[in-house]
Amino acid sequence: MSERSVQDFIKDLVTQNQVMLFMKGNKFFPACGFSAKSVQILKMNGATFETFDVLSDPDVRSGIKEFAQWPTIPQLYINGEFLGGSDIMMEMHENGELKTMIEGLSAN
Amino acid sequence: MMEPTKIAEILQASLPDCQALVSDNAGDKEHFQAEVVSSAFEGRSRIQQHRLVYQALGDHMKGDIHALALKTYTPSKWPNKA
Repeated sequence: MSERSVQDFIKDLVTQNQVMLFMKGNKFFPACGFSAKSVQILKMNGATFETFDVLSDPDVRSGIKEFAQWPTIPQLYINGEFLGGSDIMMEMHENGELKTMIEGLSAN
Repeated sequence: MMEPTKIAEILQASLPDCQALVSDNAGDKEHFQAEVVSSAFEGRSRIQQHRLVYQALGDHMKGDIHALALKTYTPSKWPNKA
């Protein structure tokens, strides 16, 4: 993929899926502790979510860092908006923000 | 590989009024935990606060630092403040 089309591909994924997690591995077999933690947090909050395994595509793996101006993976997007990595997810889980946000989604 | 103290030094040198506690609990000098306080975080979202830390670390984030679990605080929210 050219650099342009990688960014478009990522944009499509985050717009088409309300809750989208870019991670290492997939939700059944996470390949990194931080990715595993992120999947678990989403499950605990009852989220319906899609994942993309960046290990399956080096272009997306580097492109996603540029897309969010964020150097690490996992990355969570809700309604096309970048929310943060696993530390921010954990904070939003602990203070209940994530639950409120996810419940708001399913109400629509 | 990187010394946790080196990471703390970089952050303290690049961010205003910064205190950084950095450790590598696994002892591998690649996976780090950091608590960072700076007045630069004032009025910024969590994402922006974390971005400031990543920017300060620059290319280290692509190289010697494999993972960095991060907690950021403004000086008034700093739980360990004296």
